Amino acid sequence: MATGVAAWLPFARAAAIGWMPVANCPMPVAPRDNSKRQDELIILNVSGRRFQTWRTTLDRYPDTLLGSSEKDFFYNEETKEYFFDRDPDAFRSILNFYRTGKLHYPRHECISAYDEELTFFGIIPEIIGDCCYEEYKDRKRENLERLQDDQEENKDMKMPNMNFRETMWRAFENPHTSTMALVFYYVTGFFIAISVITNVVETVPCGSTANQKDMPCGERYTVAFFCMDTACVMIFTVEYLMRLFAAPSRYRFMRSVMSIIDVVAILPYYIGLVMTNNEDVSGAFVTLRVFRVFRIFKFSRHSQGLRILGYTLKSCASELGFLLFSLTMAIIIFATVMFYAEKGSSSSKFTSIPASFWYTIVTMTTLGYGDMVPKTIAGKIFGSICSLSGVLVIALPVPVIVSNFSRIYHQNQRADKRRAQKKARLARIRIAKSGSANAFLQSKRNGLLNELLELTGTEEDEQKLTKSTSLLESQHHHLLHCLEKTTAHEFVDEQMYEQNCLETALQTYPSRSPSISSHDSSVGTCCGRRVKRNTPLPNASTPSAHPIPTHQGPLQELSAIHIQCGDPPSHSTSRSNLNLKTDDSGRINCKGGRITTAIISLPTPPALTPDGDGLHGPPQRRPSAGTNIVKVSAL
Amino acid sequence: MVTMNLEGLEMIAVLVVVVLFVKVLEQFGLLEAGYDDSVEDELELSAVRHRPEGLEQLEAQTRFSRKELQILYRGFKNECPSGVVNEETFKDIYSQFFPQGDASTYAHFLFNAFDTDHNGSVSFEDFVMGLSILLRGTVQEKLNWAFNLYDINKDGYITKEEMLDIMKAIYDMMGKCTYPVLKEETPRQHVEVFFQKMDKNKDGVVTIDEFIDCCQNDENIMRSMHLFENVL
Repeated sequence: MATGVAAWLPFARAAAIGWMPVANCPMPVAPRDNSKRQDELIILNVSGRRFQTWRTTLDRYPDTLLGSSEKDFFYNEETKEYFFDRDPDAFRSILNFYRTGKLHYPRHECISAYDEELTFFGIIPEIIGDCCYEEYKDRKRENLERLQDDQEENKDMKMPNMNFRETMWRAFENPHTSTMALVFYYVTGFFIAISVITNVVETVPCGSTANQKDMPCGERYTVAFFCMDTACVMIFTVEYLMRLFAAPSRYRFMRSVMSIIDVVAILPYYIGLVMTNNEDVSGAFVTLRVFRVFRIFKFSRHSQGLRILGYTLKSCASELGFLLFSLTMAIIIFATVMFYAEKGSSSSKFTSIPASFWYTIVTMTTLGYGDMVPKTIAGKIFGSICSLSGVLVIALPVPVIVSNFSRIYHQNQRADKRRAQKKARLARIRIAKSGSANAFLQSKRNGLLNELLELTGTEEDEQKLTKSTSLLESQHHHLLHCLEKTTAHEFVDEQMYEQNCLETALQTYPSRSPSISSHDSSVGTCCGRRVKRNTPLPNASTPSAHPIPTHQGPLQELSAIHIQCGDPPSHSTSRSNLNLKTDDSGRINCKGGRITTAIISLPTPPALTPDGDGLHGPPQRRPSAGTNIVKVSAL
Repeated sequence: MVTMNLEGLEMIAVLVVVVLFVKVLEQFGLLEAGYDDSVEDELELSAVRHRPEGLEQLEAQTRFSRKELQILYRGFKNECPSGVVNEETFKDIYSQFFPQGDASTYAHFLFNAFDTDHNGSVSFEDFVMGLSILLRGTVQEKLNWAFNLYDINKDGYITKEEMLDIMKAIYDMMGKCTYPVLKEETPRQHVEVFFQKMDKNKDGVVTIDEFIDCCQNDENIMRSMHLFENVL
């Protein structure tokens, strides 16, 4: 529907009177306009900034949020306006779309933020006007490439169940994953270098022997060079076969450029082995040795720069093609012209048009060897025109190639930088997660403290400890509590978990059993207490669901020493009674993980938004029941 | 031998030139086609968008008031501007409430329970219908919903395998650091306890009637059904 010209619809309908006399059949019934209301002003309040527009303006596009009944969800009864909690700056361009029918993309806006706004208001980005569409698409593609780079790095992560073949393939593709892969990488690199140097040195004249003329080294030390060549080819063959074995898709691997280079590098040797005896084709065999130089391309696996260069050339294929084509055209034209111009002069080197090709190429690329020079005046004139045009033709496509290379190179640099930052980013995310988990455990401890103090009746201590948790947090903690009750297990933090593992390991010593039994009883009273405190909470777990932890799993060595500083308040029933000094137990067998960093854990309550990004919440309060536990790893 | 040498290399040189020429012609001839490809690649379909039914209809179909529907929709639309939640987003959102464990398996089952028309995405209507049952429904309806959640293949029977899957998903959310230490057979034991309670005729499956009967006789479960009534 031509919604942009909706205002002209009454005119078009009125002008339809012109058809009536000509029509033979009766006309259909006109649709009734039930809503007889006058056009009214609608107020759109976007984060405090008020926009006003006519209702009919918004109704022009009924498949968007503002044009349909979906905006009723955002209607505020008291202020009689539609309130949207979105960015007012981006909203400007969206409202302009309704007014003018053209959607513009503001250049200073972030592409993903703008995209989100468009999605929220139900507008498809394809209707962005021609003036802004290019920019939009370019930025979107850039963003996508950036995200794709991130995803590709995720593929490097080790999947838990990788069989031998997959491990090998991963080792080949990314040598930094394991030491073996790195060793292999350097060994192959070394042998490639050796092979190339051998090829080069083979042809150097090696000092004369009894014969008069100098022999190249290859013919003098035939055996040595042959052995070297054999060794290199064997290494390359083994490498190729191993890669072929480990490749996830053998057919695709065999078609890839690198494998073709590998094959071409080792094939001459084998063909040479087969063909030494045959005199006729040994000439061709010598030609084949030229192909040994392709081994140098195997370096592209080792060099990022080479790969970038190759990728650039591939992506600038059209520019390179244009360059070649125009050069070819110019060469043919000028060669023909020079040939006919120099035909007259005696002893001219321009014997045929193909012979003139050489002159034209040398002149156009401004080399100017001087082995062929025009002698006639016409030849000289055309020769100078040829050299001038050569400069122009070559200089034109080169900047395109250079800019392509620059873009790809910078992209690669960005990818490397991102990879370096990724570790830091993951660490931050992990801290945020553990922060929220610790907040829950901290609130549980506070809850126990509260109960204890209720019993002992010290009012002021209780007030000190009752922190004001936000409603959101307390609801979240209630949810986690319900999960604990469902599974009849409780969340603990890492050090308590290892503590428990330690205790189960030490359970074999009879001297330790009293502490275990006190633990059991403490657990029982803990749960019992909690049931009393929160009456609506059902005790879904049966009392017998707290078995004595008997450890049968595989035992793993833990070399971590726990040092505890600070004294927890002395309440014997709380599970945070960790007065057991464990520094004398050097070897702890536990199913837990290995700690390799020193952590000072201070529970920080992050702000829990639906986005769940716990990075915004600064540590607002210091826990008064501060058990600062320092873990030192003896690794 | 010398002539053969020359011929060999000459042949190669000529071959290289011919190949280059062919490539050049290719590039020139198909230049426009190359551009077309890139344009088509970029014209990907924009994300699926969905508009919910009107407020009045939703008011009639669910037990929420107008204001509550408005609040729900605002939150929903904030998280998913396109109007539908797909499984990945759902798993992401749900996992953020359980930082210590892995909530993705349970979120998968939860998603299937909300996605009543099984089209791979949860629209606002699905979301609100589900919430209406869970928060404002009768006990019967809530139990029905829970049965539907446990019955993974929706055939009307809960088998031990289905229950074990659900149980493992729930225990996964606890994570590793629990007290007492989680063992391999804990979910299985829990499933045994569940089946002992629910499976009256000991036929290895729990039907909807057995389930509802048994739950109505258990006062803990009955009490917990009213737990979240004042959530909204």
